[in-house]
Amino acid sequence: MSSTIETEKPDTDKTLAPGAGAHSHGADDVPVQTRSERFASAVHGDFPEVTGRELEWRLTPVEKIRDLIDGELDGGRFPAVVSEAAGVTTEWIGRDDARIGSAGLAEERAAANAWSSFQEALAVTLTAEEFTEVVIDRTGEDRAPRAAHTILTAGANARGIVVIDNRGSARLSENVEVVLGDGAHLTVVSLQEWDDESVHLSSQFARIGRDAVLKHVVVSLGGAIVRVNPSAHLAEQGATGELLGLYFSDAGQHLEQRVYVNHDAPNTVSRVTYKGALNGEGARTVWVGDVLIGRTAPGTDSYEQNRNLVLSDGTRADSIPNLEIETGDIAGAGHASATGRFDDEQLFYLRSRGIPEQEARRLVVLGFLLEVVQKIGQPELETRLLAAIEAELAAVAVV
Amino acid sequence: MSTLEIRDLHVSIETDQGVKQILRGVDLTIKQGEIHAIMGPNGSGKSTLAYTIAGHPRYTVDSGSITLDGEDVLEMSIDERAKAGLFLAMQYPVEIPGVTVSNFLRTAKTAIDGEAPALRGWIKELRGSMEAMRMDTSFAERNVNEGFSGGEKKRHEIVQLELLKPRIAVLDETDSGLDVDALKVVSEGVNRVKEQTGLGVLLITHYTRILRYIHPDFVHVFVDGRVAEEGGAELAERLENEGYDRYLTGSTVG
Ligand SMILES: Nc1ncnc2c1ncn2[C@@H]1O[C@H](COP(=O)(O)OP(=O)(O)OP(=O)(O)O)[C@@H](O)[C@H]1O
Ligand SMILES: [Mg+2]
Repeated sequence: MSSTIETEKPDTDKTLAPGAGAHSHGADDVPVQTRSERFASAVHGDFPEVTGRELEWRLTPVEKIRDLIDGELDGGRFPAVVSEAAGVTTEWIGRDDARIGSAGLAEERAAANAWSSFQEALAVTLTAEEFTEVVIDRTGEDRAPRAAHTILTAGANARGIVVIDNRGSARLSENVEVVLGDGAHLTVVSLQEWDDESVHLSSQFARIGRDAVLKHVVVSLGGAIVRVNPSAHLAEQGATGELLGLYFSDAGQHLEQRVYVNHDAPNTVSRVTYKGALNGEGARTVWVGDVLIGRTAPGTDSYEQNRNLVLSDGTRADSIPNLEIETGDIAGAGHASATGRFDDEQLFYLRSRGIPEQEARRLVVLGFLLEVVQKIGQPELETRLLAAIEAELAAVAVV
Repeated sequence: MSTLEIRDLHVSIETDQGVKQILRGVDLTIKQGEIHAIMGPNGSGKSTLAYTIAGHPRYTVDSGSITLDGEDVLEMSIDERAKAGLFLAMQYPVEIPGVTVSNFLRTAKTAIDGEAPALRGWIKELRGSMEAMRMDTSFAERNVNEGFSGGEKKRHEIVQLELLKPRIAVLDETDSGLDVDALKVVSEGVNRVKEQTGLGVLLITHYTRILRYIHPDFVHVFVDGRVAEEGGAELAERLENEGYDRYLTGSTVG
């Protein structure tokens, strides 16, 4: 395998089998036994240099993001306007604040670089038991390499949704911590609608308390390279994590998501559903779904799936589910992964009813992605996402 | 008055084992207002004929012609054929995740008519058609054919027939998988559309039961990729009693 993935000739419909090469790629791999033993640190220098051959990086165009992995990052406040609501506090807190690191630590060098570099963290805390909506409007203004750190906290039994709405220009490496107290119900949406040149690396760690429910949604539509890695630590009994993702990769766009669900307490539930579409020469997506069901997690119920719809030649979608099970006592565990072209029979059926080809394709793609949109549970956002997907589709040529 | 004319039609498909000839010289003329039944053994090419008329890309027309009022159907795209007034009720209707029946039908109606139907009238028409086909109106908000039972899928095909008002419809085994009541309901639907719009029907079936409700003007026996015999309704009775044996001597089918 060459060290610069982006120079590889893109394959069409490439799907890697479950776990393919997961623990055996390249001589320089860190020999990770299980996902839980993966090294974590807040310090950039604690991680070895990135060669691009590592398990964690081999599908990412690392040469294009060296500045974010190793360069000096501006750690000043990343532009953010947080909507106000009753029961919500917003503050910038210092590096020494006790809350920092409470959901997890960086697991790779770019995230650690951000962690080492940020000066203040944006902390948004929800306490109300009534459903509360918060929008963090982040409109990037330039392409200077930056670092950011965000902590979203839902107190015990708090309910709400936080939408991180990313637009404009950015070269950003960041960490987002999400902490759910006991019985909290929180939805976090990370929406990437950056401009065409932007680069965004985001590690998002959630710690989910007893009987708490996290719905985490990644929507990546805009940006040159967007890599969002959400992890959910089901840390207490009865915790639930629903991890959703939706992405639409156009020509030359690299959209990556590495999901990690850590079942670490009895009777925890996880559902991972990521769906993506690819269109245009060099459209590239990566989905990795690691699920660990630890010895500490009897009664786990887990299912993860990733589906990709290929709309043109010259695209490449990697889809790699990994399931590690350390306990014999589970309620259910499964995964599914599929990457395919348009279903010709569906197109034929629609067209045989007079619907023109372009319109038929639009219906099929919308239908495919709608499943995820409908699960978000916030009507205005759903409407906006539908419009955004429609705009993406307008660019899809009839093949 | 429209006429669908099929002349000396030869059709083949690509298979893993190479090109396979399926239709070997089909001649058929269907006028609006006429009911034609096609009966024939499994694998004789009936669905192939139906799909070829509708323009399914899997089938290659090697020679022959299909015209609608003199217009070359083979030159038309799939959706152009539908707009020209052709309709295929499929043997195996396709499931389409994420697309609701109501959205699908409205989109199809708009495409066929060239303009969106007036909202109030359309909703009434849709309801009326679904009720006539004994489909609960909750089906309108379900995804197209997803999780429908076999019989529900067939009824949904006839709802579409009624709403889209084609001139010539090919019904490929619409009667298979229907219970006794549904068979009646579906047949009444077809007859109603025929009365209202002068629909011409090409009805592919294995059973004479549906022909008691939808009376054929012509019956064609389809064997080994072509029409082996033609007659009136009495031919269907004879086929039911005698089977296809006497057409099969000297040829292998299936
Ligand atoms: N993809 C394919 N590969 C190989 N053979 C095929 C393929 N598609 C169709 N055929 C063959 O073409 C022939 C005609 O099939 P067709 O579906 O038209 O038959 P039919 O008359 O409709 O049969 P039935 O009464 O069972 O519905 C059959 O022998 C079938 O096996
Ligand atoms: Mg058939």
